[in-house]
Amino acid sequence: MKANALFTRSEMIGFAILACVIFLLLPAVLDTFRLNLFGKYLTYSFVAIGLALCWGAGGILSLGQGVFFGLGGYCMAMFLKLEASTPENTAIQSTPGIPDFMDWNQLTALPWWWEPFHSLGFAMFAVVAVPVVFAFIIGVAMFRRRVGGVYFAIITQAFAAILTILIIGQQGFTGGVNGITDLRTLLGWDIRTDEAKETLYYVNGILLFAVLFAAQFVRRSKLGRLLIAMRDQEDRVRFSGYDVASFKIFIFCLGAAFAGIGGAMFTLQVGFMSPTLVGIVPSIEMVIFCAVGGRMSILGAVYGALLVNWAKTTFSESFPELWLLGLGGLFIAVVMAFPNGLAGIWSEKVEPRLLKLIKKSPAQAASPAQQSTPAE
Amino acid sequence: MFADYSMSELGAIFAMQGFAGLILFSVFVLMALGLAIIFGQMGVINMAHGEFMILGAYVTYLVSNFFAAYLPGLFSAYFFLAMILAFIASGALGLFIEWSMIRHLYKRPLDTLLATWGLSLILQQIYRSVFGAREVGVSIPDWMMGSMPVTDLIEIPINGIFVMVLAVGISLAVYVMMFRSGWGKQVRAINQNRVMAGAVGINTEWTDRLTFGIGCGVAGVAGSAFTMIGSTGPTAGQLYIVDTFLVVVFGGAASLLGTIASAFSISQAQSIMEFFLSGSMAKVLTLLIIVGILMIRPQGLFAMKLRK
Repeated sequence: MKANALFTRSEMIGFAILACVIFLLLPAVLDTFRLNLFGKYLTYSFVAIGLALCWGAGGILSLGQGVFFGLGGYCMAMFLKLEASTPENTAIQSTPGIPDFMDWNQLTALPWWWEPFHSLGFAMFAVVAVPVVFAFIIGVAMFRRRVGGVYFAIITQAFAAILTILIIGQQGFTGGVNGITDLRTLLGWDIRTDEAKETLYYVNGILLFAVLFAAQFVRRSKLGRLLIAMRDQEDRVRFSGYDVASFKIFIFCLGAAFAGIGGAMFTLQVGFMSPTLVGIVPSIEMVIFCAVGGRMSILGAVYGALLVNWAKTTFSESFPELWLLGLGGLFIAVVMAFPNGLAGIWSEKVEPRLLKLIKKSPAQAASPAQQSTPAE
Repeated sequence: MFADYSMSELGAIFAMQGFAGLILFSVFVLMALGLAIIFGQMGVINMAHGEFMILGAYVTYLVSNFFAAYLPGLFSAYFFLAMILAFIASGALGLFIEWSMIRHLYKRPLDTLLATWGLSLILQQIYRSVFGAREVGVSIPDWMMGSMPVTDLIEIPINGIFVMVLAVGISLAVYVMMFRSGWGKQVRAINQNRVMAGAVGINTEWTDRLTFGIGCGVAGVAGSAFTMIGSTGPTAGQLYIVDTFLVVVFGGAASLLGTIASAFSISQAQSIMEFFLSGSMAKVLTLLIIVGILMIRPQGLFAMKLRK
C-alpha cells in the first residue's frame, strides 16, 4: 500500500469492521427501541470525532462542544417545530400557528429569526452554518490572540454556560428548560413510527461514515500532520512560516460542523432538543467519549461514544447511585492508566496478537477481530 | 423606570444593591482565593474545587448539629471551631488527592482537568449517599440573625457583614502566607523557575503538595462561610466552578491582587445589571463581557511578567 493513500491497511480493516457493526450487527440483534437508542449514542460520536481531530490531533481541548451540538440540534428542532405548529394543529391556542411554548409565554407573533426555518433547505444549511459561524468567531478571537491550552478550555466552558443560561432565560423564544418538544413530522413524514426510526438510524450511519471519511482525509493530509506538529511544538511550526491560527480555526470549525450534524440527527431520532444537552456537564461528557475511545483515533471515538453511553444507560437503569461513581472513576482511569483509550489497548495489546495469529493461520483472522472490538 | 421613586428611595435602592454586590464580592473572593493559589501558583486546573468547598460546608453542618446536641451552651461559638475543622478536612483531602493523582499529571494540564472533573463526580455521589440528595441548612447562631438598620430605608443583614469580614480576614491571611512566610516565598520561587528553585534546595515536591493542600483548605473555609448565607446540596459546588475560574483568569492567574480586583468588578457589574435586567440576562451579559475582555487581554487584568 502506498504511503500517501487515504487508508493504511489496518485502518481499512477498522473501517470495514465498524461498518459491519453499525449496518449489520446492531440492526440484526437489537429491537427498534434499542436501535433508536444506539442511533442516539451514534449522534454523540459525531462530536467525539470532531474532538479527536481538535484535541487528539490539534491539542485544542474544547469544553464547549455541547454548544455546537445544541445549535445544530436547535436549528433542526426549530424547523420541525414550525412544521408541527400549523394553524390547524394549534387551533386551541390564543395565537394559532406559532409554537406552543411561545403561546404559553404570551408571544403573539413568530420572532423574525424563526421565519427562515419554515424552509427545510435553510434549516439544513443552518445546522452546519450556525455552529461553524460561532466556532469561527470564537476561533478567530482566541487563536489570533494565541490563547490556547487550559485558558481556551475554560473560556469554551464559559460559552457553554452562557448559551445554557440564555436558552433557559429566554423561554418564550427557545422553549426554556423544557426545550423544543413534541416534534412530529419531517415534510409530512411521521418521524415517530418504527419504520421512520429505522430509516433514520441508517441515514445517521451513512452520515457518520461521511464524517469519518472527511476526518480520515484530514488526518492523512498534510493538514493532519501539521496539526500534530502544532500540538507538540507550536512555536516551531510558526517559525517555519505556517499560519498556526488559521489551521486551528479551521479544525475547530470542522469539529463544530460535525457536532452540529450530530445534534440535528439527535433531534430527528430522539424527537426533542433541550438545554440539558448544551451545558457544561454534557459538553465535558462528550470529551470523555473521545478520551475513552482514544483521543487520537477517530474510530475509537465512535466506539467510545457507544460504550460510555451504553454503560450509562445500563447502569442508570439498574444502579443509579453507581453510575456517577463509575463515570468519575472512568475519567480518572482513562487519564491516569489508559491515556490512549480503547484505541491504545487495541493497537498495543490486541493487534500484535492478532497479527501473530494471522501469520499462523490466515483464515481465522477476521472473526476474532470482529468480536473483540465492540466487547472491549 | 425611576419616575415612581423619590430621591431617597432611589438612594436606598442603590445602597442596598451595592451592598448585595459586596456580599457577592465576598463570596467570589472566598471561592477564588483557594483557586488562585492552586491554579495561579501551580497551574493546576482543579475542577473539583467546588466539591472541596462543599466538604467544608458539610463539616460545618456536622459541627453545628454536634453542638446543638451535646454542647448547646457553646452553640453561639461553634462556627469558629467548624471553620478550623473545615480547613483541616478539605486540606487533608487535598493533600491525599495531590499525592495520589495530581502529582502524576503536572506535565499534562488538560488531563488534570479531566481527572479532577472525575473526582468531582465521585465526591458529589459520596455526598449524596452520605448526606442525602436534599439541601441541608445550618442553624445560624442568634447573634448572626436579623439585620442592622442604618437609616429608615436601608437595612443590612448581619450574616452578610459576617461573610464580608471573613472574606477580608481570609484574604489577609492568604496574603501573609503568600508574601510573608517561608512557604510563600518557596511557592513563588517555584512558580517563577521550578528547576532553579529545586537547585537551590527547595523541596519542590513537598511544596507543591502543601500548596495544593492549603488551596483546598481555603476552599473548605469558604464553603464553611457559605453555610451562613445559603443551604448546601451535593451538586452546589458545580454551580460555582465556572464563575470561580473566570474570576481567577480575569484577574490574571498569578496575581492575588488581580483576583480580588476582578472579583470586585465582576460582582458589582453583575449586581448592578441585575437591577436593570432579568437575572439570567445580567449573568449572560457579565459572562460575555468577561470573555470579551479576555479575548482582548488574554493574560488578565494584572499579569505578572515572566520569562517562559
